[in-house]
Amino acid sequence: MSTPIIQIKNLMKTYKIGGETVHALNNVSLEIKKGEFLAIIGPSGSGKSTLMNMLGCLDRPDSGEYLLEGKDIGKMNDNQLASIRNQKIGFIFQNFNLLTKLTALENVELPLLYAGVSAKIRRETAMESLKKVGLADRAAHLPTQLSGGQQQRVAIARALAANPSILLADEPTGALDSRTSKEIMEIMQELNEIGNTIILITHDLTIAKQARRMVSIQDGQLQENGGELLGHFAMH
Amino acid sequence: MGILQCIKMAFRSIKSNKLRSCLTMLGIIIGVSSVIVLVSMAQGSTTNVTNQINQLGTNLLTVNTFGTDLALTQDKIDQLSKLNGVKAVAPVVSGRVTVKEDRTSSQQSVLATTPDYSSVRNVNVSEGRFITDLDIEYRQKIAVLGSDTAATLFSGNDPVGQNILVNGTSFKVVGVLASKGSSLGSSGDDVVIVPLSTGERLLKQTDINQVYLQGKNENQMDFVQAEVEAKLASMFPNNTDSYTVSNQKDLMDTMSSVTESMTLMLGGIAGISLLVGGIGIMNIMLVSVSERTKEIGIRKAIGAKRRDVLLQFLIESAVLSSMGGIIGIIFGLCLGKILSSAFNMTLSYSSSIMFMAFLFSLAVGVVFGVFPANKASKLNPIQALRYE
Repeated sequence: MSTPIIQIKNLMKTYKIGGETVHALNNVSLEIKKGEFLAIIGPSGSGKSTLMNMLGCLDRPDSGEYLLEGKDIGKMNDNQLASIRNQKIGFIFQNFNLLTKLTALENVELPLLYAGVSAKIRRETAMESLKKVGLADRAAHLPTQLSGGQQQRVAIARALAANPSILLADEPTGALDSRTSKEIMEIMQELNEIGNTIILITHDLTIAKQARRMVSIQDGQLQENGGELLGHFAMH
Repeated sequence: MGILQCIKMAFRSIKSNKLRSCLTMLGIIIGVSSVIVLVSMAQGSTTNVTNQINQLGTNLLTVNTFGTDLALTQDKIDQLSKLNGVKAVAPVVSGRVTVKEDRTSSQQSVLATTPDYSSVRNVNVSEGRFITDLDIEYRQKIAVLGSDTAATLFSGNDPVGQNILVNGTSFKVVGVLASKGSSLGSSGDDVVIVPLSTGERLLKQTDINQVYLQGKNENQMDFVQAEVEAKLASMFPNNTDSYTVSNQKDLMDTMSSVTESMTLMLGGIAGISLLVGGIGIMNIMLVSVSERTKEIGIRKAIGAKRRDVLLQFLIESAVLSSMGGIIGIIFGLCLGKILSSAFNMTLSYSSSIMFMAFLFSLAVGVVFGVFPANKASKLNPIQALRYE
């Protein structure tokens, strides 16, 4: 629990929308240690998505430093970013983002496919991953044949498949009803307990509260604990 | 990611969009099959024409003279036959006669010639024998009938050993020629062949105005022709317009250049339809890329590199076009079979054309797949993920 897995220093990111400069991230600094369960909470337009894209290595900062396991992400090219995403990060999206034409198992296999793992090991690892989320019996089903909760569990299995350093969940319960939301959050808790580092991005305070640590983001600025904003979010 | 995995994925995606894939492939199928059918047709007619010309005799030179004072006497024919490169000569006297057998009578062309005619003009007897030197020496009244003539006069009965009346004189039939079919408009089957000496008397004509020469070697024919022309020039000074020497090879070359350009033209036209099919593939691939933007975004987020996405779409279009190519080859072969049996055409298939057509279709798929695949690979994962 001591070595920081993510070190962010003075991260800046600006967008130009119609001639107006928007500071999506303004001087953001953050440190995340191995095995943490961190929630990043913020309303829409707060820079939450930009931060997530940055953490997920989908985007590069304008200035500042992002070290993932000691490696400087800002200096990497597209191909290197792709392999970092492949090996170090497991994405869990709000709307699952499963490939509809592939079965659950094949979806879970996908990151391993791009990692160049042989077919046999791929299949075994993917199956194991599906077992972790309790969907081994649905391996041959297409996403359309699964319920929302099951689809999200497949997505979690996919994120786990390549055994990444961090799990990055973007509103994982946003498209689910409260009962399945609870299920998904329980899985997340369990995963954290067995040692996975989880970053949860949400606008929902009740979800965020289930994390061990919480930071809030507003107007591109990050605040630890988010304590001051609790009142502001109470309406959600 | 391995190529094999890419191909598997491509097949999957083609399978999941059957109708569209079939329609896309249709362009390539039509292109490839028309290349195969048209080129086979053109090549078939080339071999046909070549065969027909060869049937007239191989390495053949024909010497024609006009007028009685330019007659080719036996002495001059001997001189021609002694030229270098000349294998055999066959002087011919021809005319038309009335042939009568029992109650059937018909007008026939008659050729009076020597035994060498058989080899020079590449005619063989199917029954009996051809003319011999003895027949000429003894002025035998014998005749060899063309297969059509034999059928006309004897209607299926064996003519060998029977007698026919040629202009009122009785001739004994000693042989029947094997059918050669009609080539280039003249039938070689409608003829009566008699010994030269007998024929000269029959036709009341002693001047020989036509001689066929056979060269020893196909490659020497131009040389032999020049030689013959020089010889004739010395025989008939200042009369160059009164004789001609025509070379079988000239005819062959002309015909083959005609058919070659026909092959090229037909192949070109079919090739254009292949190209159009390729544009169809590009079109569909572009649609497919924008339709699958989200998929591309997911794949990229999960760790697909630019190369992986590029390869995926490139291989998909290559698989699509080469599948079209294979189906097109099969379709073309079937179509060719149907056409050749329905219209009695000669088709000559060459595996090299099939291979080329397949390669071309594959190349079309790759070339026209590059643009859409590149477009897909360049998509920004963040925007692609947001795309609905």
